Amino acid sequence: MIVSEQFSGMSPVSVDDNNCLQPPVVLKSKMETRALDVFYGDKQALQDINLAIGEKEVTALIGPSGCGKSTYLRCLNRMNDTIPECTVRGEVTLDDANIYAPGVDVVEVRARVGMVFQKPNPFPKSIYDNIAYGPRIHGIGSNREAIDEIVQVSLERAGLWEEVRERLNEPGTGLSGGQQQRLCIARAIAVDPEVILMDEPCSALDPIATARIEELIDELKENYTIVIVTHSMQQAARVSQKAAFFHLGMLIECDDTPAMFTNPTKKQTQDYITGRIG
Amino acid sequence: MNMSNRLSKRHAAERRLHFFGVLSVVTAVAMLVLLFSNIVIHGHSAFFHSEVKLHISFDSSVIDPSGARDRQTLKRADYQSLIRASLMDSFPEVRKRRDIRKLVKLISRGASFQLQRMVLKKPSLIGTTANVWVTSSDTVDMFQKGQFDFNATESNRGISSKEVSWIHKLQSDGALRKVFNWRFFSSGDSREPELAGVGGALVGSALTMLVTLLVAFPLGVMTAIYLQEFAPQNHWTDWVEVNINNLAAVPSIVFGLLGLAVFLSIMELPRSAPIVGGLTLALMTLPTIIITSRVAIGAVPPSLREAALAIGASPLQTVIHHVLPAAMPGILTGSIIGMARAVGETAPLLMIGMVAFIVDIPTSVDDPSTVLPVQIYIWADSPERGFAEKTSAAIMVLLLFLVFMNGLAIYLRKRLERRW
Repeated sequence: MIVSEQFSGMSPVSVDDNNCLQPPVVLKSKMETRALDVFYGDKQALQDINLAIGEKEVTALIGPSGCGKSTYLRCLNRMNDTIPECTVRGEVTLDDANIYAPGVDVVEVRARVGMVFQKPNPFPKSIYDNIAYGPRIHGIGSNREAIDEIVQVSLERAGLWEEVRERLNEPGTGLSGGQQQRLCIARAIAVDPEVILMDEPCSALDPIATARIEELIDELKENYTIVIVTHSMQQAARVSQKAAFFHLGMLIECDDTPAMFTNPTKKQTQDYITGRIG
Repeated sequence: MNMSNRLSKRHAAERRLHFFGVLSVVTAVAMLVLLFSNIVIHGHSAFFHSEVKLHISFDSSVIDPSGARDRQTLKRADYQSLIRASLMDSFPEVRKRRDIRKLVKLISRGASFQLQRMVLKKPSLIGTTANVWVTSSDTVDMFQKGQFDFNATESNRGISSKEVSWIHKLQSDGALRKVFNWRFFSSGDSREPELAGVGGALVGSALTMLVTLLVAFPLGVMTAIYLQEFAPQNHWTDWVEVNINNLAAVPSIVFGLLGLAVFLSIMELPRSAPIVGGLTLALMTLPTIIITSRVAIGAVPPSLREAALAIGASPLQTVIHHVLPAAMPGILTGSIIGMARAVGETAPLLMIGMVAFIVDIPTSVDDPSTVLPVQIYIWADSPERGFAEKTSAAIMVLLLFLVFMNGLAIYLRKRLERRW
């Protein structure tokens, strides 16, 4: 409570500076972006984003379509590298080390910062192999028993173990949409990341599967730092501790989620939350 | 114009399209049926050939006068004279030298080799007599198959009345029969139609395709992977891409000239050999494999790549473990279609000397050999009547070869196809 009061007390100042960095004394931040600009060719997609992501909490990125929240998310594990015309300027730090610094191994970054996509995308392999693939390529778990263990633990953490324990050798693509998404979460967990990025993980799912994933996110934040992009205001309110509002490639406001939803400091935020824009 | 008018116009247009569609399908099928039935009608008889029963006495004074049973002596013996003696026994009325020569020509020149093989295998035959079915000559075979036009004058029809009477005598004696022509599949080319087979050409085609596959497939797939997954998008890669697309449209004989210049003149590889043919056809097939592989790789959903990259797979691991397996059915189909085109290719092989007359069946990729389409080309050009049916039969063998390859493509596609 104290933390949150301190934070909301200083947030108007930081928002005015378009700066959501908090002093580390308040809450340890896992990842930070400083003066982040992203361009697709000539078009600027993100402009001077300064944002801190607290450790072991859920940060929700909200905003209308095309505001740059997915682009921002993809900067956090350098998935934007796969888009040829995309250029990134500024700093993204993970535990105070810039992941865009020269010489940084992108494979290691992605092993530490996992990602779950909008559309469930299991490999066209067995459920077991879906989970075991990550540990195998990273050399985690040297023998069959160790991998078995990782597969079971990951599936348990993703809340899927009971449903699939009898059919680990069936293809992952044969599961239902919600199960597939939890399989993808389990796959991300299996390489033991520190941060999990989720890009609208529930937008392709029905309400029951969505509720299941939201519960899961709540459990996962005990062990992982989570950043989630969502279009659903309710979902942001339900799962996140911190919310950041993006609009037209700029970070408008970031605050504790309850504070932002009850008392936004910026007019644009208020308009978006109340449904007037976006 | 009101609604019902417009509707009836639209329906009429649809019916017209439907009609023309059915018409073109029927036309295409009719043409195919015409083609295949023509080939089968002309070629099916080549799968059977005539044999003549001869009462041969394996005279030891002819085969092995010394009685030493030396292999070299047995090999060199005059088996032709045994055949001649046997025929003169059966046709006592024929005594003129010219007639005897004609009579002996009813039997294939291969018959003496047949007797030689029998004796070498079983020397105890010497001194005995036996009824032996030997290959008849082309003339007898053609007569049996009704290929002579008896409305023409005797000098024009290719078979004399005497020969006809002798064949009739053989028939009435029960000394003529038709059997399945195994030799057609096992032996190489020959000047004598009744002895010629596609065996050499089949082995030559298989060896050539092996070289083509081993060179073009890995090279093509790796090129496609690099261009599609790793190459930076710049003018250089655009230029390469345009040129690959152009190469796919280059006439095949140009690749033959290239093969002649590079593989024979510069690298001095053996002429007429499957290695050179295979390399030349690999050059021709490469663009096809690259283009189809790129399409197959490009059709792999990006979400699969993202899934792999997001858990920390390197770009190479992403391609090897996920993209390539997913693209494999398409890559294989494209490659086999390219290979099927190469199997039927004649022009570039003429350039590198594979059109030579080769009797031996090749045993390695640097033996002189020929391939099926070139064999067809050579036979189609031969004046002997017997080669006409051989040509059609060889076309059937080539088509079966193609059907087999395409069947393999479909099988592999079905087997490797996965859903995601």
